[in-house]
Amino acid sequence: MKNLSAQVFGESRPLLQGLKNLKKEKAPRSLLPAVLRRLGLGDFYFRWNSPLGPVFVAYNKKGISAVVRARSGGAFERSFRKRFSRPIYPAPDSPRKGWQNEAHWVAAGKERKIPFDLESLSPFEQAVLRKALEIPRGEVRPYGWVAREIGRPGAVRAVGTALAKNPVPILIPCHRVIRSDGQIGNYALGGKEKKMEILASEGVDAAGLEKMAESKTRFWGSDTTRIFCYPTCRQARRITAGHRVIFPSAREALAGGYRPCKLCRPTQAA
Amino acid sequence: MNKARRAGKEQELSRALSENVDGNFERLVRVFQDRLYSFSLRLAKNRADAEEIVQDGFVRAYRALKVYPPQRIESIDLSPWLYRIVLNVFRTRFRKAQSRLFSPGGVNPAFGRANEIAAGPTPQEMMEEAEGRKQLEKAVASLPERYRVPLVLRYIENIAYSGIKDILKQPEGTVKANVHRGVRLLKENFSKMNRREKQ
Repeated sequence: MKNLSAQVFGESRPLLQGLKNLKKEKAPRSLLPAVLRRLGLGDFYFRWNSPLGPVFVAYNKKGISAVVRARSGGAFERSFRKRFSRPIYPAPDSPRKGWQNEAHWVAAGKERKIPFDLESLSPFEQAVLRKALEIPRGEVRPYGWVAREIGRPGAVRAVGTALAKNPVPILIPCHRVIRSDGQIGNYALGGKEKKMEILASEGVDAAGLEKMAESKTRFWGSDTTRIFCYPTCRQARRITAGHRVIFPSAREALAGGYRPCKLCRPTQAA
Repeated sequence: MNKARRAGKEQELSRALSENVDGNFERLVRVFQDRLYSFSLRLAKNRADAEEIVQDGFVRAYRALKVYPPQRIESIDLSPWLYRIVLNVFRTRFRKAQSRLFSPGGVNPAFGRANEIAAGPTPQEMMEEAEGRKQLEKAVASLPERYRVPLVLRYIENIAYSGIKDILKQPEGTVKANVHRGVRLLKENFSKMNRREKQ
């Protein structure tokens, strides 16, 4: 009798023990990256030989999210996590397509077609960076121009700060924005020298610009068309020396009967 | 003690999530993926489906966390919440393929044949063999979902009744009864399998 009841009730115990000992499966390693990729949370990165030497480029579902100079992949991962508090992994070896392809960026003037992930930035900072993207290769604009173009003419300093926080330097050309007095100004990715270097690689005569700044040249006009431009504007570069008129300010150009160029917009188009 | 530490960690995690979902979601996945995957394997019965169910579960959890206000996230008891999401994903996906009450294996729901059970080898003897484990896996898998889910949560995932109650949204009494019936059915199936093997 005792035996029977042990078998009916007591025997549950070894059975339950057996249940507890059933193999616990570990989740497959593919699970975490798959989830993060589907949510666009994880970023991937690789090394890129940029015009300023090797850098690390991070991207996710939304676009390119960071360009950083770092000593090693590990150092880059740490700095990325600290800044964005998101996981990041080395990119898979499979060939990258379209905008993930570095050949795509090297082709001149393709920056505007790359998607960027700027969601960690404020709307103002995003507007500044989008505007910087509109400056063509080989040309430069002052901070004040960016501020005016995005409808915040008083926010010149804030524009400078926003550009300094650019998470994707080189690809978003914050180096094409210079000081309003014509000086080259500073650069987050290695100081003024690097800024001169990358501008030179795009065909801008940076030293010449500084010299013009010292001689108080802000705008060039043409006495045949009576239009005035920023000196790096592609229209200004076509003015032959004999017809070039130099202006230290927009007001003087306007007073002299010149109208602002519609391409580089040295003042709000009237 | 171990359990208390785990609970404290999970509470800390839900607070961190209430402040920054994107930054802490990876941690959430790391903490829960093994538990949810082994649970999902008991539901889906094959690895590809199980992984997909857990993936979908995490994606759903993320979307929910993105729209919840911070106070609500902070008050979530993550473990039952996530188990429940995984269970729901499974049910939505297999609603058509499976009947809710009994699995296609067709288990005899008649209970109370204790004498017949006693005739076979005891589970303890079976446990000693490696294939006993395989048999037990099979026996668990053949249980109807109604009993299998609470039994898996109670004895394999080792969750207290108060937690299972929240996962299944059932009264605690119902959960206990279903677990009990599950164990009885399991015993019955198990010895039936053994007998078949002996013949």
